[in-house]
This record gives sequence, C-alpha cells and structure tokens, in this order.
Amino acid sequence: MTHHDPPEATQPPTVAMRDVVVLLGRFPALAGFDLEVARGEVVLLSGPNGAGKTTVLRTCAGLAAPVSGEASVLGLDLHTQRSAVRRRVGMVGHASGLYEELSVLENMDFFAGACGASGTEARAALERLGVATRLGDVPVGALSSGQKRRVSFAAMLVRRPELWLLDEPHSGLDQAGRDLVDGLLSEAAGAGATVLFASHELDRAEGVSHRSVVVTAGMAGESGG
Amino acid sequence: MNPPATNPAAQAAAAGAPSTTGSTATRVLGVISLVGIAAVAVFGLLISPPDAELGETIRILYLHVPTVSSAYLAFVVTAVASVAYLWKRTEFWDLLAASSAEIGVLFFALTIFDGMMWGKVTWGVFWRWEPRLVTTTVLLLTYIGYLVVRSIPSDPRTRGTLSAAIGIMAVVNIPITHKAVDWWRGLHQGGTVLGTVDPEMSGTQLFSTYLALTVFMVLFVWLLIHRFRVAWLAERAADAGISEAISRRRHEATLGGGSVGGVNP
Amino acid sequence: MDELRRVARAAQLVAAKDLRIERRTKVATAQMLPFALLVLLLFAFALDPDRGVLAEATAGLFWTTVLFTAVLAIQRSFAVELSNGVLDSLRLSGLSVPGIFLGKVAALFVQLAVLEVVLGLGVAVLYDAQLGGWALLVVVALAATTGICAAGAAYGLLAARLRQGSALLPLLLLPLLAPVLIAATRGSDVALGRETGGGWSWAALLGVFAVAYLGLGAALYGPLMDET
Repeated sequence: MTHHDPPEATQPPTVAMRDVVVLLGRFPALAGFDLEVARGEVVLLSGPNGAGKTTVLRTCAGLAAPVSGEASVLGLDLHTQRSAVRRRVGMVGHASGLYEELSVLENMDFFAGACGASGTEARAALERLGVATRLGDVPVGALSSGQKRRVSFAAMLVRRPELWLLDEPHSGLDQAGRDLVDGLLSEAAGAGATVLFASHELDRAEGVSHRSVVVTAGMAGESGG
Repeated sequence: MNPPATNPAAQAAAAGAPSTTGSTATRVLGVISLVGIAAVAVFGLLISPPDAELGETIRILYLHVPTVSSAYLAFVVTAVASVAYLWKRTEFWDLLAASSAEIGVLFFALTIFDGMMWGKVTWGVFWRWEPRLVTTTVLLLTYIGYLVVRSIPSDPRTRGTLSAAIGIMAVVNIPITHKAVDWWRGLHQGGTVLGTVDPEMSGTQLFSTYLALTVFMVLFVWLLIHRFRVAWLAERAADAGISEAISRRRHEATLGGGSVGGVNP
Repeated sequence: MDELRRVARAAQLVAAKDLRIERRTKVATAQMLPFALLVLLLFAFALDPDRGVLAEATAGLFWTTVLFTAVLAIQRSFAVELSNGVLDSLRLSGLSVPGIFLGKVAALFVQLAVLEVVLGLGVAVLYDAQLGGWALLVVVALAATTGICAAGAAYGLLAARLRQGSALLPLLLLPLLAPVLIAATRGSDVALGRETGGGWSWAALLGVFAVAYLGLGAALYGPLMDET
C-alpha cells in the first residue's frame, strides 16, 4: 500500500483490517485482506467480479463475520461487537433493502422511525436524492431500479451513519442520479462521514475518491491516489 | 502473512490424524458398558423374579427405563451445550450439542421400540393411541428436525446457531408435553404406566433397574465421546479443504489474475 | 426503562408494518381463510358427519386447522423479511431485536385471531357446534394463539434462514406445538361442556407455554438474526 496521511492522525482509523479471512460457506471470499481507512476518507474498492468487494463492505457493516484476523470499524471489534457496529454504519447494497409492498414514504417512515429520525428528516432525505414527491405513495415494487436505488440511498442517509458502505452506487442510475451520488460523496467528508465504496466505473469513481484499493481474489493489492 | 486460525489445527489433524477415536478413558468406559450390559441381561432376564402386576413384561422395563432416561439426559446435554455455544461460540460446544442429540435420538427411538414391544405383549398390538406413546414419537420428530437442520449444508456458524436455537427451544417443550400428557391421561385412563419406577418393587427388581440405569449412563458417555471425536475429525477434514482454498485464493491474488471460481454474494 | 421503551417502539413499528403489508397485499387473507374453511369441509368428507364424529371432534379439528393455517401465515410473514435484502436493512436499522420478535408475534396474533373468529363461526354453522363457556373459551384461545405465534415467529425466522428452509417449517414447528394442540383442544372441550374437569388448568398450561416461548424467542432472536 502506498503511504497515506490520514486527515486526522490522532483519530483511530475508521476501518482497520489486518489479514482478515471471511468465509462464505466454506469458500474464502476474503483470504487475508488488509485495509485501513482513516476518518473522513472516501475510498474506492475496485477489482474484478468475485474479487470480494461486496464481502469487504458486508464485513465492515457487521453483516458478515470474519473467522480470523484483526478487524475493527469505528474502534469496535468486528469479532465481538458487530451489533454495535451495525447501529453506526449505513449500507446501500445490490438489493434494495426495502419492503416492495409498501410505498416509498411508508418505507422511509419505517426506517426513519427505527433510528429515531422524524418524518420531516425522511422527506428531506428523499428530496436530497431527487425523489419526486409524487412518488411518495407509489409502492417500491413499482419503481424502476434507478428510483429504488435513490430511495435506498435516502433510507441510508436518514440514519446519519458515520461510515457509508456503498456497493456500486452508480449502477442503474441515470446521468442526473450519478451526478447526485458524486455530489453526496464529495460532501460526505465535510459532514464527518467516511465512505468506502465499490465500483466498476473507474473514471467516474476515481474522480470522487481520495484513493483506491484494488481487490483481487480476496486480498488487497496496490492502491493509487 | 500469518495463516488463519483454522490452519494449524487442520494441518495437525491432517499430519498426525489419529486412526481411532479411542483412548484409555473410552476403552475403560467401553469395557464397563459391555460387561454392564451383560450383567443387566443376566439380572433382568434370569435372576430377578417376574412382577406381581406386570408379570414377565417387567423385564422390558429394565431396558425401557434406562433408554428413556439416557435420551432425556442427552437432550439436556444438548440444550446446555447449545446455550454454551451461543455464549462462547466455540466449536466444542456446537459439536457436543450435535453429538448428544444424535445419541438422544437413537435412545429415544429405542424407547419407542421397546415401548411397542411392551404394548404387543400387554395390549396385543404394537401401536395404540396411548398419549405417552404418541407424544414421545412427536418429541422424537422434534429432534429429528434438529438433525435435519444440521444436515443441510451451510456455514458452520449458521448451522451451529440455528441448531442451538432448536436445541434450547425443544428441551423446554419436554416438561410441558409431559404435564399435558399427565392431565390428558388422567381424563381417560388409569392403568399401569410403563416407564415409572414402582416404589413397591422388590430387591432384585429394584437393583436390576438401577443397575441398568447406571450402565446406560456409562454407555451414553462412551458413545458421546466417540461421536464427538468423529464430529471433530470431520470438521478438521473440512477445514483442511478451507486452508487449501485460502492458499489457492492467495496464489490467485499474487498472480493478479481474474477470479476463477469467485462468488459475489 | 429506556430499553423497555425501545422494545415497545420496535414491536409497534414492526407489527404496524406487517399488518400494513397484509392489508395492502391481502396474501394471507386471500389464502389463509379459504384454506382453513376448505380444511373444515375436507374433515367433513373424511369423517362421516352422520355418525357424530364431527361433533365429537369439533375442538380438535378446529385447533388442527388453526395450526396448519398458522404455518402458512408464518411462512408468509418471513418471506417478506427475506426478500430484497430486507433482513440486512432490518439488522442495520437499530431496532431492538427482542422488539422485532414481539412485533412479528403481535402481527401474527392479529391475523390468527381473525382467522379463529371466522373459523369459529364456520364450526358453529357447518358442524352445528354449540358455543359456550365463553370466559374459558376466550382465555384458552388467547393463550394458545400467543403460544403458536411465539414459537412460530422464532421457528419462522430460523427456517427462513436455511436454504430450502421454508419446506422444513412444518416439520420443525408442528411437533413443538403438540402440547398446544392437546391443551387447547381439551380446554375448549371443557368450555363447550363436552368434557368435565380442570379447564382452567389447561388454560394455565397454555399460558406457561406462551410465556416460555415468548421469553425464548426474545432471547434467541439476536443470534438468529445475526448469522448469515
């Protein structure tokens, strides 16, 4: 890894992984993975399909358990404190993570209510993602995949997570949506959030990230600035 | 890079894999069990007299009481080990719970079998819709469900967690079911109950019963140790595959190549 | 106190969400009620009504039907949570985990209670059963339904997390509910005057079952939701 000065050297790293092994069934999705992300950084994970990018994100979210190696997020141990980690991070994955039978607003109210956010905040988040007010009462199942992705993003934002974990945040979005995501990523650091995201659209992604890490076959390779 | 934690154990098992699950302790337990079973047969079938009420069928009791008691003991061990697994998250407790459940199912099936034998002699039919017999069979199904869940291929941690939950929930059901059957039977029939130690039993009858109980407890421990060791070795064998897969994946990474066989969940 | 409020809040959100989904899609209503009534009719074919078996076995048939239909409701309730990565959202949501369990139980309870009222009417009309002994009947039904929903919500999540798991749900759940079937049937028989004896002790046994599985479910939901 190239040397990198974290923005706030006194803070413990937001993500610290050393020699982490994560098994999916008996398949080693991560086979000795190293990664360190400082607070406020925006880091791009790139690499071929099946390299383990999604598993890195899920592990950081406390959704997948490492079998060995040192792993912590926000200073919390990923072996023993995953539920505490989950409360403080947000993730937008491939699946929408939304109840398709419920409307956009019902989903937002549910997930906002779950973390103690208000309905006003939920509506503000939707607005920030450019989800038209008229879509509020439409069932999520009836939305296009790009619209769903915006709602998932809003549902993540309303929780004010300290670490954003985004799995191909640009995919399925139109030009306006991609620009919107880029804008959010560049504002994230200012809002005190750290971002780790996986993407195949390197040109666009490298423009908004501070640095990138190449994931190959469950290990971290060289990174660029 | 250090090898993952699963590695050294796996290699040790692969290199110096024991050719037997036996040890001095199990051999002693095994000898006690076998001699004990022979003694139970002699006392139960030859020395002890027929019962005033049950007649010759009391001899089935010398098998029935210990099989059902060992089965319940096995299920309690499963439940305790399940709690310990959810708390400590170590493979030891998971495998202990599973091994014990398997032996419990074996003893429980034997219990139903010898219950049916008793039924054939006493009632003239193998099966009668007798509450205890029916609910015992239903309890057996509960634990067969436990074993089925364990047989589904999945991540060892998931398998351990889900089966531990069943192991805990199922054991709580045993006393509740017992109570339900007691009351239910109280409504319909009195009659002799198979499976209770009659306080009126004479000397050799009582001795045979307790001898059989003791012998089956030893037998249970003996089987449990062997079954646990087999399960442990099976895990080591599976782990050996994992460390190989990890090195293969690492090799792939150093080649900087694609991701043959990779999955993206 | 704060923790209790979190549990209550989560239970309320999840229950309201489940009932809203049901009101919107009517999957359970459209499938469960006809299924349950169909089972009642099938029993009538199988057990010749003229010989009085049907009247004799009314309570048993009623509760058997409730159990089978409950399996459908539970499968539906967890199919919703397992699709579209919702379970991960739920795990990240910050909701109290025992609260999620209680919410699932509460929503199932409402659905089964509606089912039982309809089935009760069905039994009264189709089997010509004389309903009575209301206090005992209602208490037995409440306790039995709570027990079914508590054990069901625990096993429903468990089965849903297994591959091919939902097919396993009946095998796992129905044996566990055997004491509920016995106690609810006997208790209802006493209430309906078909049997004499301790109807209230059956209700108490159902209460013990319900409390035991509410407690176990709340305690075990953490590990059950945590494992991938």
